Amino acid sequence: MTYNVHFEDVNVGDSLPAWSRTTDFMSWNRYAAVNDEFVYIHMDDEAGRAALNEQGAFGMGNLRYAYIVNALHDWIGDEAEIREIGCQFRAINQKNDTLTVVGTVTDKKIEDGEHRIYLDVNVVNQLGDATCPGHAVVALPART
Amino acid sequence: MTTEPQTLVTPDMTERQGVWGSERVSPPISESDVRKWAIACYWPESPPRIYWDAAYAATTRWGGIIAAPDFNPFAWPVEREAPTGMTNTPRSGRGQRGMNGGQVDTYGVPMRPGDVITSRNRLRDWNERETRLGPTLFTFSETEWRNQRGELVKLRVSTGIRY
Repeated sequence: MTYNVHFEDVNVGDSLPAWSRTTDFMSWNRYAAVNDEFVYIHMDDEAGRAALNEQGAFGMGNLRYAYIVNALHDWIGDEAEIREIGCQFRAINQKNDTLTVVGTVTDKKIEDGEHRIYLDVNVVNQLGDATCPGHAVVALPART
Repeated sequence: MTTEPQTLVTPDMTERQGVWGSERVSPPISESDVRKWAIACYWPESPPRIYWDAAYAATTRWGGIIAAPDFNPFAWPVEREAPTGMTNTPRSGRGQRGMNGGQVDTYGVPMRPGDVITSRNRLRDWNERETRLGPTLFTFSETEWRNQRGELVKLRVSTGIRY
């Protein structure tokens, strides 16, 4: 079995490896296609402006959530587990934004028989705006 | 003369609190749906092999392909309650405005190709307090997903905000 990271290797204060994507209709439309999320505000600039976003259409919150999942998965590997993710959708994901998932380890403990790592996570845009503050819990393998 | 209600909590909410609603059952999850989901979410880069390479996935602790935790097996229903879209008519009046207050998802066993997921939902509880928006009602709803063996796949607690 292969694991990217073990419980003993993680310390409070460690950073989640940054994970980024630049988003536009190519990414939004693909996500709409798999999640059946065809909503005019994500498809049409006029609809976006009518919803009071001057720059037009904007990205879906669920895709930002997916990016948090991806960042955690790519950090812990295929065989560890994401146990919990919570977040709030704040600032809008504008077209051509570069979104980066960031995170910091806030705690680590053995709980319910699992070696769990607690993190604060967020999705920030290229301006540094926090668009999706939240938290996550992952269960890692232990060396012992 | 009309007066504003003292609370945004409705009798319907009190009746529904803690009561599970009707169940929805997904179609069987297909390998192709799992792969497409992963491609879309990782676009334009390639997704991890655990989501699409059966030979590789068989060598892992999972013994086969699994879906990403946020995979939605309920996408693309044949029958729909209403067309998707968004009204451009702003709602006004106390308690008529709302927003998504976020969600917390707790994950159990992963979803796999062939799984059939059953979903049910209930209004768990609420609290009402004064915020910068005025009197504001925070509602907490639970959505539970279980697979065909009754194993918990996901529990979502969604926060709704009305003001």
